[in-house]
Amino acid sequence: MPDVTKAQTTDAATVDAVAPPAVDAPGKQSAQQSEKPRSLWGDAWYDLRHRPMFWISSVLLVLLLVIAAFPGWFTSVDPRDGDLVHHYLGKPQLGHFFQPDWFGYDQQGRSIYSRVIHGTRASILVGVCVTAAVTLIGGLLGMLAGYFGGWVDSVISRVVDIFFGLPFLLGTMVVLNAFTERKVYVVILALAFLGWTSIARVMRSSVITAKQADYVTAARALGAGTPRILFRHVMPNAVAPTIVVATIALGGYISAEATLSFLGLGLSDPTISWGIDISEGSKVIRDNPHTLLFPAGMLSLTVFAFIMLGDAVRDALDPKLR
Amino acid sequence: MGRYAARRLLQMIPIFIGTTLLIFLMVHILPGDPVRAIYGDKAPDPAQIAQIKREYGFDKPVLEQYFHYMLNLLKGDFGSNLAGRPVAELMAEAFPVTLRLTLLAITIEIIIGVGLGAWAGLRAGKAADTGVLVFTLTVISIPVFVLGFIARFIFADELGWLPPNVQDSTDYSQLFLPAFVLAMLSMAYVARLTRTTFAENLRADYMRTALAKGLPRRRIIGVHLLRNSLIPVVTFVGTDVGGFIGGAVITEGIFNIQGVGNLLYRAIQTSEGSTVTGVVTVLVLVILLINLLIDLLYAVLDPRIRYA
Repeated sequence: MPDVTKAQTTDAATVDAVAPPAVDAPGKQSAQQSEKPRSLWGDAWYDLRHRPMFWISSVLLVLLLVIAAFPGWFTSVDPRDGDLVHHYLGKPQLGHFFQPDWFGYDQQGRSIYSRVIHGTRASILVGVCVTAAVTLIGGLLGMLAGYFGGWVDSVISRVVDIFFGLPFLLGTMVVLNAFTERKVYVVILALAFLGWTSIARVMRSSVITAKQADYVTAARALGAGTPRILFRHVMPNAVAPTIVVATIALGGYISAEATLSFLGLGLSDPTISWGIDISEGSKVIRDNPHTLLFPAGMLSLTVFAFIMLGDAVRDALDPKLR
Repeated sequence: MGRYAARRLLQMIPIFIGTTLLIFLMVHILPGDPVRAIYGDKAPDPAQIAQIKREYGFDKPVLEQYFHYMLNLLKGDFGSNLAGRPVAELMAEAFPVTLRLTLLAITIEIIIGVGLGAWAGLRAGKAADTGVLVFTLTVISIPVFVLGFIARFIFADELGWLPPNVQDSTDYSQLFLPAFVLAMLSMAYVARLTRTTFAENLRADYMRTALAKGLPRRRIIGVHLLRNSLIPVVTFVGTDVGGFIGGAVITEGIFNIQGVGNLLYRAIQTSEGSTVTGVVTVLVLVILLINLLIDLLYAVLDPRIRYA
């Protein structure tokens, strides 16, 4: 058995499950110099480390994750505390860094800076959880369809076709409208319910390629069982395109959550969400653009960071798509 | 070609039935009572509710309701909403508006997207390329509704170039701003796609051949390179129609256009099941047909692709 696993790891870089490492990258030279050839993941990591885009997005994302986890570190003002007498639509004071009035006040006299900080958690949570759920469901179904083929594939692929036929945003709107109080987990479930199809398609096609590889035949000849072949040999070599699609989709889910909240069909009031704040701000945009611009800016920055990371990961894992 | 199209049309039937069944189940099984919603906060008379439910067939099992719905659909009857207006009539008013908006948006998307992508792809690795990359990343990151409000704020409220609300939806100059907003996201994807394929195809053998034959650069790029690079773009535009409909809900809301997006949004909010099912059924049909059309278009773009 050790022979098989070894063959698998060394093959991983050359097998066509994912395109071979970049031909023109400096990575090839140094790979030849070092004694042990790098695996697909080692190569991807080498590639990532040399991309400024990866570092910019990583720093942004770490910062956003810290804000989401510990909003109290950044502001001590309660985001739900409104003071209509003193702060009704107060203008932003751009010099007052990290002060409650930095981004101004909204229609209810609440600090926009505090709301922007406290809104981070819901967005990040929705994005990360939906992506995890979608990768799990879609990945598993896609793997089963691709590996077993036959009627399993037919059934799963038709279900995928049916769910894929429904426009994503419209479907989630219908699902979410059925709930009166929409907490974070409701939005996550609704987005995951309709979002898993593209991952399933990607996983299916890469599993079909991976299962034809020689090391799979070798493993089977050595008597490895189906679960072992699936999870030890096929999955590690088929998962790269799925990761690429999932990372890029993460930003899209955050944007979808904000869009739904903006339409009044996403998160509902006690939860603080940038989408709701943007919707509120849009009503007074003519004289008070700051009520819309700051939450919108933060939202765009977050989506930007995730999409940039997805881009860098894709370039590293799949040079053919560059 | 004819046989291929016929086979594809037959394959659409199960998907069509499946998707309409899915939306039907979503509308009817999920909580939220449309009959109760008519009464708002008032406490309705249970007998009255039971009667309305009987009239609309809500008291029957869901699958039976679906079967009846499909039978009526074959006769061209989409049913009527709870105010008694036929859904077909509502859709006949809304669809032409959204069709105009979407066609304008797709035109903008293709012209600007392919133009930007080609410009960047021909200069791969240079400053122009990086500029386009950053621009498209930024556009993708800004959600459509934010873009819509900012565009309306700048071009309608501040500069006054265009009316903030669309009064006459047959006037393309009024539809331009909403169509532009609707097109932005897809335009960014088209630009990136075109850039990648352009940069890749520049190294293709047929490009060298064309160059060696002494063809003028304009013809090489405008005919050989462009035609070969359009297939992924066409595929993307085709699969993106569903996204356009989602975007239409937002843009039509912001610019107050009485189209399908608006109709659907109001129907969803009032749990108006028959309207939601009707509109989504037509949309699913449109999306399936467009995908078939795209597949047939491949043969036009690439003569090597033939359908037996």
